[in-house]
Amino acid sequence: MTEIDIALTARGRITALMLRHYYLYRGSWPRIIELAYWPLMQIFLWGFISQFFQQHSTLIAQAGGLLLAGVMLWDVMFRGQLGVSVSFLEELWARNLGQMFVSPLRPIELAAALMSVSLMRTLIGLIPSAIVAWLLYEFAITSIGPGLIVFFFMLLAFSWAVGLAVCGLLLRYGLGAESLAWVTVFALAPISAVYYPISILPEWLQWVALATPSAHVFEGMRAVMLENRFDWGHCLWALGLNVVALSLAVWTFVSAFNAARRDGRLLQSGE
Amino acid sequence: MSNAETNIPVEAIGLGKKFGEVVAVEAIDFSVERGRVIGLLGGNGAGKTTTMSMLMGLLTPTSGSARIFGKDASQRDAGALARINFSSPYVEMPGRLTVAENLEVYARLFGLRRPKDRIAKLARDLDLESFLHRATRTLSAGQKSRSALAKSLINAPELLLLDEPTASLDPDTADWVRRYLETYQAETGAAILLASHNMPEVERLCDDVLMMRAGKIVDRGAPKDLIARHGRQNMEEVFLDIARGGSAAPAGDVA
Repeated sequence: MTEIDIALTARGRITALMLRHYYLYRGSWPRIIELAYWPLMQIFLWGFISQFFQQHSTLIAQAGGLLLAGVMLWDVMFRGQLGVSVSFLEELWARNLGQMFVSPLRPIELAAALMSVSLMRTLIGLIPSAIVAWLLYEFAITSIGPGLIVFFFMLLAFSWAVGLAVCGLLLRYGLGAESLAWVTVFALAPISAVYYPISILPEWLQWVALATPSAHVFEGMRAVMLENRFDWGHCLWALGLNVVALSLAVWTFVSAFNAARRDGRLLQSGE
Repeated sequence: MSNAETNIPVEAIGLGKKFGEVVAVEAIDFSVERGRVIGLLGGNGAGKTTTMSMLMGLLTPTSGSARIFGKDASQRDAGALARINFSSPYVEMPGRLTVAENLEVYARLFGLRRPKDRIAKLARDLDLESFLHRATRTLSAGQKSRSALAKSLINAPELLLLDEPTASLDPDTADWVRRYLETYQAETGAAILLASHNMPEVERLCDDVLMMRAGKIVDRGAPKDLIARHGRQNMEEVFLDIARGGSAAPAGDVA
């Protein structure tokens, strides 16, 4: 028997999948540019809108970066979800899912790799936007303080939950459900209260909003920027809801994987 | 590499799969022992790919069990999966990655500690060096086929599942692939399960053959024995007999 030296570890397999996406992006400049393009366009657009509002609104004048911080943090949510869903779509487009799973790879490891790739993609999009906001509009996202790290990871975790749930639907319905990858997160935008407080919403919708981690994050962001205080209540709610959301999303993804194995969709996943 | 050398590569016991009311595979029994090349033959829809998918853990059976090196395939045991690999023209490697990049990713999925050494060896053996750093999607059918073969050998599998490994290849490339498989099997003692529609290929490579029709194994035996039993000149004629619903005489286990 041909002797080869192997070490079967989950970390090794997750790294392998991250390497697969690194090679994909390294060989495709349009993909890399696209990662930063939309966040930059958002910052340009909302940056000028903010400047206009600063001259006409007392509230915005008090905290000129409120809209820009909202834009950037919402982009964390949006890019984070796309990072998971589109990376999974890459495997479907390449008809690679069957190949990957004739190996010791486990579905939970694929999920971990998708989340890791999502983190990288989100940072690639966020960092240029943050630099442009600082250079053009004199707004440093870091002015939020240490809470920024909490907000970033809370939104990212929720985006992963949404992304994994979408992957589960893609496993169930195939590429016919591809558009879900692009549109799902927008359904959460109105109730996430990115640019306005939850109190603006009708009362029944406020309860729905408070069931999402993202609404708590954006309320927390406004507390920091307008009242200069870190709201632990919103932070803990976001944490708890994220634990629930991620648990449900992982369950959905693994269940969809098992259903795909039952129904024979792993080998036909590109169709 | 293995810590359970005595385990049989494949044992299928009453293995079956239904999709709703459609029976794709019906309670088949067979085993594949170390060092044997077993052909899985049958017309389109006979159940060959379904059977292979169940062996690889990509499809859960509705009855019976498939054991790979003594482990239930449906449980996707990491140790057992590390000892198998497969190749099929119906699945592809990511086209935008180069051959070397793809092979490295798969090598790492299988936990190889020195993937570049293994890739270099396979590139030499399979003559991949001239296109190793080209995007996989730009390769010719023959080059893709050799790359897919390299992927299927990346972990030096003890059990190799091949679904029509020479489909759509020109005769020269197909012959080259067959010769390489013969060499690999002779050098490593690996077990090979080969699904093919190419009867000369089956006669050349296979020690034994499982003939499938409508999800059942309807005949089995060494190619020479099957030809003699059916009173035919070659496997092509035996295949046509069975595929068209002609005589079929169940025999003992292939091993």
